[in-house]
Amino acid sequence: MLTTRFGSLQDFQKGGVEPIDDDPKNYVFSNLFEVAGRAAPYARTAIAKNFQYVIEAVRAEGTSGWYTCAHDEFALCMDGEVEVHLIKLSRPEDIAEVGSEGARRLADGMPEGRKMGRVIIRRGHMALLPKGSAYRFQAAHPSALAIQTLDGPETLHRWADICQTTAS
Amino acid sequence: MSSPVPAPTGARSDVEVLASSNDTGYRSFRAGGFHFQRDAYFARVEWPGGRHVMQIDVFLRAIMRDVSWGFFYGVVNFDGVLGTINHYGEVTLFAGRFNEAYRDAGRDHEERFQSPALMAIFKEMLNDWTNEGYDPFAAPMETGVAWGHKNGFNTAAVERQRVTATRMVSLPDDTPLRTDASGYPVNRHFADVPQDEPNVEVEPGFEAEVGAFNLFAYLSRSDVTWNPSVCSVVGESLFCPTSEEFVLPIEHGNDRVEWFLQLSDEITWDVKDKETGKPRARVIARAGDMCCMPADIRHQGYSTKRSMLLVWENASATIPDLIARGEAPVVPVKF
Repeated sequence: MLTTRFGSLQDFQKGGVEPIDDDPKNYVFSNLFEVAGRAAPYARTAIAKNFQYVIEAVRAEGTSGWYTCAHDEFALCMDGEVEVHLIKLSRPEDIAEVGSEGARRLADGMPEGRKMGRVIIRRGHMALLPKGSAYRFQAAHPSALAIQTLDGPETLHRWADICQTTAS
Repeated sequence: MSSPVPAPTGARSDVEVLASSNDTGYRSFRAGGFHFQRDAYFARVEWPGGRHVMQIDVFLRAIMRDVSWGFFYGVVNFDGVLGTINHYGEVTLFAGRFNEAYRDAGRDHEERFQSPALMAIFKEMLNDWTNEGYDPFAAPMETGVAWGHKNGFNTAAVERQRVTATRMVSLPDDTPLRTDASGYPVNRHFADVPQDEPNVEVEPGFEAEVGAFNLFAYLSRSDVTWNPSVCSVVGESLFCPTSEEFVLPIEHGNDRVEWFLQLSDEITWDVKDKETGKPRARVIARAGDMCCMPADIRHQGYSTKRSMLLVWENASATIPDLIARGEAPVVPVKF
């Protein structure tokens, strides 16, 4: 049987850009596990950007703060296991205005609202982070997430630190 | 099917299904000044002042993607000579347009069509030229051969619809999961991929908003290759994962930046200049690697072991106008 090779925070083999007649920076090449592994827990580092949209790499470890967003987001678990808690905010627009972009972090403490549910995702699982909800991640062991969202105040841009800049 | 009257916009709509060959059994087709004919091994294309030959399996795999993707984003190069440019409502069929030698010699030729007209004749051609037992969407080791004289049809295979979730796969009233029962067994290369589903606890009233699914299991059950399907949607941001084996049957010259997150295994990408076809780079992508394809290149991928790739597209309807005005970025991030 063939072995499917997934990556993890502890075990990944990075590829790279082999330029022939081009600047490798044009390919904005990075590795999600490397970026998440070097980041602080729940720092949301952009690894891809397309106009206002981004994909963020996140190391899930321990319990995150609560976030909300005026649009849907999706979390794809790339390594480990992450629990997602969801609460329906009574007034989400007080934190994330209608039409605003990207996730907003809530003040510390339990948000006000109805409990929506709980999701546990493992490698390869994708969860909806619905607009207008508050969500929080919890991971007993270091895990990695890719988040489909928009560029917002929580998004970190560290392109020069994370991307290949010279021939591999 | 014949409509000889040019469209008011100037885009052509004159396409025609021609007679079957007594020798091979295949029909010929005409789209404007382009004439298409197949025999046991080859597709033969002629246009005013030129002609071209392609291996029939290569041609069928390419036209299959062009049809399924609705001419896709930007340029779909069937090979180094023949292809289409999507103008979103109209489409250019070209020969040599993105080949430096043809351009320099003035041998290139292009004609602009109303998209529905060219799509209709492409579908007729694909259906007539695909024999029973051959699936242009399948990996070569998972299907029959394209060669030979006319031998039945495989209409179900060539009429597959691209999966497009409206919010996320598995949510109520959205694209369903793939299962054995629904005709999607786990692919032979992904037999080791866990099939467990997430734990989802939903409070009453939130069934439409609390959801999760196993994307890797979903991809392990894909019956096609090199065919991105929309699995999650944030505005115009589309996650379009796909399973890849053998070679991307076209050289895609996107008109916008496109991103790849390699989810498993490895793909080698050959990157060439969009206009000339000159090599610019090779990209080796392994699990966890993220890279973009700039908007001024064409790319083609190779994957020996079937792999999982997340193609990330921005489907904004404003991008074609930005492109036309030269305001769309070629590279998404400067640093």
